[in-house]
Amino acid sequence: MTARTPASGGAPIIDADGIGRTFTRSEGPLFRRRRRTVTAVRDVSFQVTAGEIVGYLGPNGAGKSTTMKMLTGILSPSAGRLRVTGLEPSRQRTRLAARMGVVFGQRTTLWWDLPLRDSLALTRHMYRVPARDHARRLAELTELLELGPFLATPVRQLSLGQRMRGDLTAALLHDPALLVLDEPTIGLDVVSKSTIREFLLRLNAERGTTILLTTHDLGDVERLCRRVIVIDHGSLAFDGDLAALRDGAPSPRTLVVDLAAPSEPIEVPGARTVRVRGTRQWLELDGNPAAVIADVSHHYAIADLTLNEPDIEDVVARLYRREGAARELSAG
Amino acid sequence: MRVYLTAFGCAVRRYSTYRAATFAGVVTNSVFGLINAMVLLALFEARPQINGYDATDAVTQVFVAQAVIGPIAIFGPPLDLSERIRTGEVAVDLLRPVHPVLWWLATDLGRAAFSTVFRSVPTFAVGMAAFELALPADPLRWVAVAAAFALAVLVGFALRYLYALAGFWLMDTRGVHAVVFLLAPFCAGHLLPLTLFPEALAGVLRVLPWASLVQVPAEILLGKDSLPGGSTLGGLCFQAAWAAALLALGAVLTARATRRVVVQGG
Ligand SMILES: Nc1ncnc2c1ncn2[C@@H]1O[C@H](COP(=O)(O)OP(=O)(O)OP(=O)(O)O)[C@@H](O)[C@H]1O
Ligand SMILES: [Mg+2]
Repeated sequence: MTARTPASGGAPIIDADGIGRTFTRSEGPLFRRRRRTVTAVRDVSFQVTAGEIVGYLGPNGAGKSTTMKMLTGILSPSAGRLRVTGLEPSRQRTRLAARMGVVFGQRTTLWWDLPLRDSLALTRHMYRVPARDHARRLAELTELLELGPFLATPVRQLSLGQRMRGDLTAALLHDPALLVLDEPTIGLDVVSKSTIREFLLRLNAERGTTILLTTHDLGDVERLCRRVIVIDHGSLAFDGDLAALRDGAPSPRTLVVDLAAPSEPIEVPGARTVRVRGTRQWLELDGNPAAVIADVSHHYAIADLTLNEPDIEDVVARLYRREGAARELSAG
Repeated sequence: MRVYLTAFGCAVRRYSTYRAATFAGVVTNSVFGLINAMVLLALFEARPQINGYDATDAVTQVFVAQAVIGPIAIFGPPLDLSERIRTGEVAVDLLRPVHPVLWWLATDLGRAAFSTVFRSVPTFAVGMAAFELALPADPLRWVAVAAAFALAVLVGFALRYLYALAGFWLMDTRGVHAVVFLLAPFCAGHLLPLTLFPEALAGVLRVLPWASLVQVPAEILLGKDSLPGGSTLGGLCFQAAWAAALLALGAVLTARATRRVVVQGG
């Protein structure tokens, strides 16, 4: 891959200034409907510079997909000012489409009944890519994402991971400067996730493609994003280094222990038992997991053990709790 | 332009994968054609001439109606657009740098083209084999028939596009579709030639867009002067005017819908 010439002027590729979005919902039974206004995104401002990979995080219903829809122009903001590659997305959606690749992980742009190859061929005409460039990029992407074995397979017969790689290819064949991904690894196994992550890193490093992605997968965030933006209940809660987010709100790993027989809460150094249900106990780890596991298995009869990494929502949830507590402290 | 041609090609290939459904369509359309034709023959037994139609004219219209069921989709199916609006899938359609009306038209024409060859032709052939049909000898009239058929497909698309587009406001258009797919065959002269209806009712139905789907093409084939303007050209102009008006309305509503659209789902 050859690197793209950097965007001139150094203007941000995404510039969101106080954007917001409300929905009106009708609720209740047919003849007694009431209208209620829901604010999905509230006064969110951030900028993304060309070449960045930014994670856009938050719990379910936080407003991530709503933001992605505004960025891609399929939903117009009800407040604020939004520019993507200098364009106003909802008014200039078609022009923006040529500069941007989009994958909504839960949806597909591919033709369900046709071989993957046909959908990919269509994008050439859709974005008016010269035949030679298209062929070259298709060959590259086919190799990087290992599409070869299923290019001729109808999309409905593809596995989720294969389909996702197909969708990524379709979004990238016109060589967009910006790639927007809404949950690109949802439902994928470890191998597929890792293929996609390594691919995105390479795309960013070698072509300088700017990437904005939402995910609930901490692995994605850790591998891909130096910078994260966190929203909760529609409002911006954090924008900065991933490392700063983690240090700010350390979150322990949990060890789930299945004992051979019910017992008193486990007591070992470096861990705190937070929950007991029958033979199953949950331990929060402060210390070295290996030492704790060794200790537990030495002193107790164990049927099974699982080590749970904190997920990003956990980290984020702790961040809020801490902020809430801090606010209460300073108020009191 | 190329993108629409390619989308057309994709749609043709897509429908060519539904072999069993296509075959079932031909069988159903032919069988209903035979039944309808026999009912009408019995009716004309009693009265050999009704409002300028004789038995052969009526049976010919029955097979025109049966043959065009597939391409104009008068009983449905709805455009996929409708389901995609309901599920929010339309989000990815809106991301394509294409005009939605032309995009959906291209894919629907692909479907219609496939259906014409593999449903209309065999169904009409069954009619020709089973009955004596009133077919024109003049090649120029066949050209007019082809044009009328193409315009019927266009109007059929434009109507279904509008039904589907209603989903942006109604969320769920299954009710709309249930009603229109019940009424359209009646209004179009598909269930019975409009000629056989009471004059007042027929007069109203003849100016509605659905008449473009079956009644007008059938009368062009039969060379009737009950066509709009009393001539083949009048009939074609009537269809073309409806096609243009409905497509323009579709384009205007699309622009409005996508400006204030709320795409469903996360
Ligand atoms: N079309 C809509 N009509 C009404 N409310 C909506 C609509 N779309 C989203 N919302 C509301 O806006 C809020 C944000 O939704 P959004 O889909 O952006 O969340 P999200 O961050 O993507 O969540 P998830 O992680 O579950 O995908 C939710 O409260 C949701 O109920
Ligand atoms: Mg979402």
